[in-house]
Amino acid sequence: MKLPAPRELLIPAVILAFGLLAPVLAPSYRGQMAFLWVMIVFALTWDLLGGQMGYNSFGNILFFGVGMYACVVVQRDLHLGYYAALFLGMGVGALLAVAVGALIGSGLLGLRGHYFGMVPPLFPGAVGGRETFFYYLSFALAVVTFPVLRFLYAGRFGLAINAIRDDEDKAEAMGLRTTRYKTTAWCVSAFFLGLMGGVVGNLVGFIDPREVAFAGSTFGVWMVLMAILGGKGTLWGPVLGAAIFHVTKELFWTYLLGWQRVALGLLIVVIVVFFPRGILGWARERWPERFGQRVDEPASEAGR
Amino acid sequence: MTPILEVQHVRKSFGGVVANDDVSLAVPAGKIYGLIGPNGSGKTTLFNSIVGQHPVDGGSIRFAGREITTLRVPQIARLGLLRTFQQTRIYRGMTCLQNMLISVPPAGLGWRSVYLRPSAAEERKAEDLLQFVGLHAKRHLPGGDLSFGQQKLLEFAMALMSQPKMLLLDEPTAGINPTLINGLLERLRQANRDFGITLLVIEHNMRVIMQLAEYIYCLAHGELLAEGKPEEVQKDQRVLDAYLGAT
Repeated sequence: MKLPAPRELLIPAVILAFGLLAPVLAPSYRGQMAFLWVMIVFALTWDLLGGQMGYNSFGNILFFGVGMYACVVVQRDLHLGYYAALFLGMGVGALLAVAVGALIGSGLLGLRGHYFGMVPPLFPGAVGGRETFFYYLSFALAVVTFPVLRFLYAGRFGLAINAIRDDEDKAEAMGLRTTRYKTTAWCVSAFFLGLMGGVVGNLVGFIDPREVAFAGSTFGVWMVLMAILGGKGTLWGPVLGAAIFHVTKELFWTYLLGWQRVALGLLIVVIVVFFPRGILGWARERWPERFGQRVDEPASEAGR
Repeated sequence: MTPILEVQHVRKSFGGVVANDDVSLAVPAGKIYGLIGPNGSGKTTLFNSIVGQHPVDGGSIRFAGREITTLRVPQIARLGLLRTFQQTRIYRGMTCLQNMLISVPPAGLGWRSVYLRPSAAEERKAEDLLQFVGLHAKRHLPGGDLSFGQQKLLEFAMALMSQPKMLLLDEPTAGINPTLINGLLERLRQANRDFGITLLVIEHNMRVIMQLAEYIYCLAHGELLAEGKPEEVQKDQRVLDAYLGAT
């Protein structure tokens, strides 16, 4: 595999440096910044299914909830050391989420989240002194998610889920094993969301079933909006969308308290009306050549 | 010679409308056969039945010595029997090259291939075939940006990429600039001759099908009306009546 050009590494390097140094530079914002990475993972994993594969799902939050609940149960009931329980819980959560994803992907399960709210939702130990740890944990998850997806999109998996998005019947008519690719996509998305569930559960300290199990007005919808804002079906779109959305949202909550939901609603309207294809989608339409969509030589060899 | 495709007494109705009634035909391997008939005579329905788009009500279909009557679309495609669509279908959001790369023979793709990149050999073949249909210069454009005729050419190239044993082409020249039709016909013949692909072609353009096919089946009202060499079918009074609307 050939290495990317230095120019392509610039943006990732800046982001890495920012992510590593942020808690040192602005320690009081660690919580909000941790959620920036959480949001990026949300947007990326939603875009895998909604943008790249064309399955506009509002149910992805289910995986997040599964991961969160599995993690809290392991942490509360297994009486292990704090970190051992945390990592075991995250792993169990991710595996359970993948199992649910595999069921959905293979078409066996059409359910949405009604199965939550049975467990008394309390995470052991306050986040308190461990805020920096959880910041870096969510940062690390985002840093791992992005290249994994980038790798998958560059291969046959990316081609196949794009084909499913554009015309699933055609893909079947060409003999593609669509179920195999769909199952993989759901599992990958579920895996990272499941892991993130455990992290966020600990960051927040309690579980509100309305937030993690239903396509409510929070995470479940935000992950869709962020991907659309940045440009769904693009690699960097969800990252960009999540960053802009999260910063804007935090500003609304800080400076427009009381009106924050109105402002957020307006933002959503602006996104849908002016950027139906998202920022990168809009840019690609405007400057197609810069995105590699160009015609070689005179185009006279084929008919018009 | 045993036929590669054998359709026997196939029946298909939608509610009260009988789209195919007791249709039988056979296509020998390596040949180009034609399927004609007035609008609504059941040609596309027959294609759909053959490739497993919908179950048939009766009769049997065999391909390359295998019973395929009850198989579904992807399974039949992996056996090497592909169809193109009357309303051209390509992946509109993907570039021409990507359209080609995802059309490699799917039977050979194992689990591991899900995570791999297309090989250099596959890329070269994709570029060669795009050159073959005259779309090489546009290989980095999204399929949806091509004109209708070019999309047809792309769809044809994708089918070739998949190395089928047999292709069912549903009106390959419809919507194509008349000046390009001869070039397309030449490529169809080349695909048949050089790649050994058996063709069964639905066509409304009589001049085209008479030139291209060496044997023609004619459907009318869902039934097989006539069959024979192009010059025979052309003179057949029943065929002329069916097209001109006489009863």
